[in-house]
Amino acid sequence: MPDHPPTEPRSPAPPGPGPFEPRVIAFCCQYCAYSAADMAGSMRLQYPSNVEIVLVPCTGRFDAILALKALEGGADGVYAAGCLEGSCHFLDGNVRARKRVTHLKKELESVGVDPGRVEMYNLSASQGPRFAEIAREFSGRIAELGPGPASRSKPPG
Amino acid sequence: MIIASRKPIDEIKGFIAGSGRILIVGCRGCVTVCNSGGAKEVEILASLLRLDAMKGGAKLTADECTLERQCDPEYVDGFAPRLAEGYGAVLSMACPIGPQYLAERFPSEKVYPALNACFMGGALAHGVWAERCQACGDCVVHLFAGLCPVSRCAKSLLNGPCGGSAEGKCEVSGETDCVWHLIVERMEAAGTIGELATPRPLKDWRTSRDGGPRKIVREELVR
Repeated sequence: MPDHPPTEPRSPAPPGPGPFEPRVIAFCCQYCAYSAADMAGSMRLQYPSNVEIVLVPCTGRFDAILALKALEGGADGVYAAGCLEGSCHFLDGNVRARKRVTHLKKELESVGVDPGRVEMYNLSASQGPRFAEIAREFSGRIAELGPGPASRSKPPG
Repeated sequence: MIIASRKPIDEIKGFIAGSGRILIVGCRGCVTVCNSGGAKEVEILASLLRLDAMKGGAKLTADECTLERQCDPEYVDGFAPRLAEGYGAVLSMACPIGPQYLAERFPSEKVYPALNACFMGGALAHGVWAERCQACGDCVVHLFAGLCPVSRCAKSLLNGPCGGSAEGKCEVSGETDCVWHLIVERMEAAGTIGELATPRPLKDWRTSRDGGPRKIVREELVR
C-alpha cells in the first residue's frame, strides 16, 4: 500500500481488455539489486514479469528525469534499487538516489500524479528473495493505483 | 551569481493554461550553476507539465531549448527561428532578466517567467546557496575582513552589531549568522579589531537602488 494520500482519481477500468498489468521500470544497481535479480532467477523465485530492469552502475546515476521519461513513455511505476545504506560501492550514491526520489515524489504530487508511483529500495546482492518481494510489492501497489498518466492519455482500445 | 528558484508549479500551470503548445527556454548562465533553470531543469519542468496534461487525458507539446545566455541580445536574437514554430506560451527558465529580454525582442510572444530571482550569492555546499551581495554599488568588504555587512546584516549596519545579536545569531532568524559577530571574530583573530573603533560615516546609497535603475556604459567596448 502506498504511504501517501492518493492524488490521482482512480481509473474506473484499465484501458485494454483483461486485468490491468502495470508496466514497472526498475533501475537496479549492478553491485546489489541487479545481482539480487540474478540470484532470484537462479533460485527460480517468482516475481512479476512486468518489472523491466534497467542496469545502472550505481543508483547515484538515477535521476528524476529518468523516472519522468519512463512515466511519460508509458511506465505506470518506477523504482530505484540500490545497495544497503553504508554499503554503496561509490560511498553515497544510494543515499543521493533516495533524496532524489523523495524530491521527485513531491514534484509528482505537485502535478497530481500519485507519489507512490516512484520508490527507492535498498538491498544487498545476496537478497534474491527480497528482490522478488520488492518486485511483487511494488507491482501490487501500482496495480492498485491503476494505469499511469501516459496510459490514461491514450485513447481506449 | 544570481540565485533563482522555480516558481510554484500551479503558478506556472496558470501561465500556460489553454496553450496546447509551449516552449520552455533555459539559460546556461547563473541558473544552470544554481540548478534552477539549465537544460536539465528545463527537461524536468517540460516532463512534469506533459505528465500533468496526460493525467487529464490531454496532450501538451512542451518543446525545450536552452540559450547560452538570455541576458545577452546576441543569443536572444539567434532564437528567432525557433519562435517561428508558433507557441501559445514561452516559459523562460532564466532569472527574470531572461523573460524581459525575450519579451522585448519578441513582443508578439506571450513570455512568462518560470523562476523567481532570489538573491546574488554563492554556494555554501552542493545544494545550498546564500546571499553575499546586494549590489550597493560601493563595495566595502575590505573594511570588514572580507565580510559584507550590507547584504548579510538584516539592517545593513556599517557600525554593528545591534542589540539583536545573540550567541552569534541574528534576531531575525536563529538560523542566520550575525555577520557582525563574524566580523568581530575574524578581525580579532587577524589583530585588526582596532580598526572598528573609528565609526564609519553614513553610506552614500545613491550608487544603490536608491538612485533608481542603474546602467553602465563602457565607451571602449561600445560598437
